[in-house]
Amino acid sequence: MTTLTEDTGTAAARETPARRRPRVDRLPYLLLLPCLVVVGVLLLWPLGQVVAMSFYKLDSVRQLRGDREWPWVGLANYTQILADPFFRTVLRNTVLFAAANVALTMILGTLVGLLLNRLGRKMATFVASCVMLAWATPALTGTIVWKWIFDDTSGLVTWLFNKLPDGLSQALFGQSDWTGYGWFNSPLLFFAILTLVVVWHSFPFIAVSVLAGLKSVPSELHEAARVDGAGPWKVFWKITFPLLRPVFGILVVLSTIWDFKVFTQQFVLAGGTQDRPTFMLSIYSYAEAFSPPPKYGVGSAIAVILTLILLVVTGLYVRMVLRQEDE
Amino acid sequence: MKKVALNGAGLLVALFAAFPVYWMIATSLKPNEEIFSTTPRPVPAEPTLAHYREILTGNLIPGVTFADFFLNSAIVAVSTVLLSGLVALLAATAVARFRFKLRTSFLIMLLVVQMIPLEALVIPLFLMIQRLGLYNTLPSLILTYLGFSLPFAIWMLRGFVAAVPRELEEAAAIDGASRAQTFRRILFPLVAPGLVATSIFSFITAWNELIFALTFVNDQDRYTLPVAMTFFFGRDDTAWGSVMAASTLFTLPVIVFFLLVQRRMVSGLVAGAVKG
Repeated sequence: MTTLTEDTGTAAARETPARRRPRVDRLPYLLLLPCLVVVGVLLLWPLGQVVAMSFYKLDSVRQLRGDREWPWVGLANYTQILADPFFRTVLRNTVLFAAANVALTMILGTLVGLLLNRLGRKMATFVASCVMLAWATPALTGTIVWKWIFDDTSGLVTWLFNKLPDGLSQALFGQSDWTGYGWFNSPLLFFAILTLVVVWHSFPFIAVSVLAGLKSVPSELHEAARVDGAGPWKVFWKITFPLLRPVFGILVVLSTIWDFKVFTQQFVLAGGTQDRPTFMLSIYSYAEAFSPPPKYGVGSAIAVILTLILLVVTGLYVRMVLRQEDE
Repeated sequence: MKKVALNGAGLLVALFAAFPVYWMIATSLKPNEEIFSTTPRPVPAEPTLAHYREILTGNLIPGVTFADFFLNSAIVAVSTVLLSGLVALLAATAVARFRFKLRTSFLIMLLVVQMIPLEALVIPLFLMIQRLGLYNTLPSLILTYLGFSLPFAIWMLRGFVAAVPRELEEAAAIDGASRAQTFRRILFPLVAPGLVATSIFSFITAWNELIFALTFVNDQDRYTLPVAMTFFFGRDDTAWGSVMAASTLFTLPVIVFFLLVQRRMVSGLVAGAVKG
């Protein structure tokens, strides 16, 4: 592997003095051309386009096809959204959900990473393989299975709650018969289950990354600290965490980015875009644009707001990566 | 004692992580009486392939079978892989083998572009697809997924290209091989394993995607598998056996592919993002 600046390469060094005058090699640019076209047309242009669309009143597909005028409305879409109390609900949902999920994913992932590092070889391989299964499962089918586990008649969770002694269940929840209980009906419970699904999907990546980081740390340090009588809590905060700080930084930023725009899991768990009280920014933007009546302009404005939030987080991420590259 | 506690925790983690996958497969093999019983059995008492038979032979939607959706998904995913692999290989070679003015800027751009929330691009890409007259076609999805998978593919592949010793290519050049020959005979065969790994990621990206497939394709016979499953799943909430059988068929190829390349994933996202 090479670093960003190392590529002076032997070819340049071998050139004879007479030819040292730099000549512009066009080949690398030619090789990059297809990639630049793809990134430009399919990612950067749409990114600009979504900003542009957010300034227009776009209510029909015919406008998108170019059959009708695009009336310019300036910032009206934004003022409309920001004035809507529902937007505040959505923003609160998004931020709280992301914060809770990042925290839980990081804690569980780190604990599992530390655990994998301490387990014996066979056990570690077994646990890691199981963890990989959760990671590999597509968001769609993973969510479908969780939905089945929470099914209101034959679901495993319903069965478990029915198994609770009636008295205990009465005392704790005020009901003993859970058959037919709508696990997804209250927003809070919905978010709790969504959190379970998202954390289940995302903790393996954190665990494996933390484990990879731990393997690169010389174990003598930990042993020395333990010999000196430091407990596991102290060893983690005094030794492991400072050494792995860059890894943790990147993992937190990546998790934040991912958890801010959760879509598939929510879409499947809610069964579409009808469950407005549980909306978060990405599904809100989608529903405004594609649920009839279509409001592409408003949807774009919400997408821009989401992008701006993530842009700040991305800025942090790029700075972190570049700083490591310098080291 | 401590060892027992650690192993116990390990088993709990393994159970939590793997259980849903197990439960998906187990449910898909149970007859309906077992599925809809109020006391679930941990292991199918009388395993049956009835749900698979039903999925594979029946019509999910009049005139359209599971195999048709599978084929749509495969066409989209394989086309994405081929296009993305080709473009990424060229770009990765440029970045790993040449030193040019805008190289660092290009790498930073790749890093930033990977962070664009794709969910925010549904509307403008929908506009583009409408304008290009690609609405309701599979190529609309191939194009979209090409854009999504490319930045990461380049990021991953450049490590593989850089790992090929430059001396090999120089030796070939001294022996009079042209640049194209060097690329084809020396670099390409050595990078091929990396290309396979990269392709698997592009494949998984395209195979799993739901939102764009849901939005850009209207005719049911052109649905990809995820869209068909959402449709199928939303329509009949009670056919859990068939839903789990379909989910299993959809998931297994992904898990197999994923396990083949998961190591690269971590280095690609964390270590590879740091050095490469």
